Amino acid sequence: MDDWIEILATPLDAAAAIASVTHPAAGGVDVFLGTTRAERRGDGVELLALDYEAYAEMAVQQLRAIVADARTRWPVTRACVLHRVGRVAVTEPSVIIAIACPHRAESFEACRFVIDELKRVATIWKREAWADGGASWVDPRR
Amino acid sequence: MRITLRLFAVLRDAAGEADGQQVELADGSRVADLLSMLPMRWPALAAHLPRVMPAVNREYSSRDRVLADGDELALIPPVSGG
Repeated sequence: MDDWIEILATPLDAAAAIASVTHPAAGGVDVFLGTTRAERRGDGVELLALDYEAYAEMAVQQLRAIVADARTRWPVTRACVLHRVGRVAVTEPSVIIAIACPHRAESFEACRFVIDELKRVATIWKREAWADGGASWVDPRR
Repeated sequence: MRITLRLFAVLRDAAGEADGQQVELADGSRVADLLSMLPMRWPALAAHLPRVMPAVNREYSSRDRVLADGDELALIPPVSGG
């Protein structure tokens, strides 16, 4: 069974992600959810949601390469990387990463590596949707 | 030669165009040559180009890369996934 690595336009299912990596050889499954955090702009206007966009053809390739890279560093039994495109409201997950390894130390480290690399290179962008109708692309330098 | 230009996020908004433009280029053109041409067609892109990373056929590329007929060139603004 291949690792489940996908960019979806529908809400992400953490239980399904976990089920996809569950394996008899794994003693530890680490799961990370990146969720939209509430924010208030300087003028008091609140964040409604983040709107995600992706260059999906390249991003999926990149995510597969990141998982392959993780496998050269840790014994990853199974990996699942799911990222949403479209609107992700406050508290909802935009990304789910589930990593199964024989032991817990490896699963923590590999999971952290995958999300850190995804955030560093994956061709995915988010735009803030504010309660007053304003929208602004997130600048990662800020 | 003809390449497909992909614009995303802030670049697409700045250009006001749909993703996936066909662009005609002289044979032997490099990525940098196309970047220097873009503001003539889409002036609002100029401010963003210094922070763009080119990707040719879905791999990050240098600005010196020579393009070939049928290539897909995506201009990648600073990413913010996750």
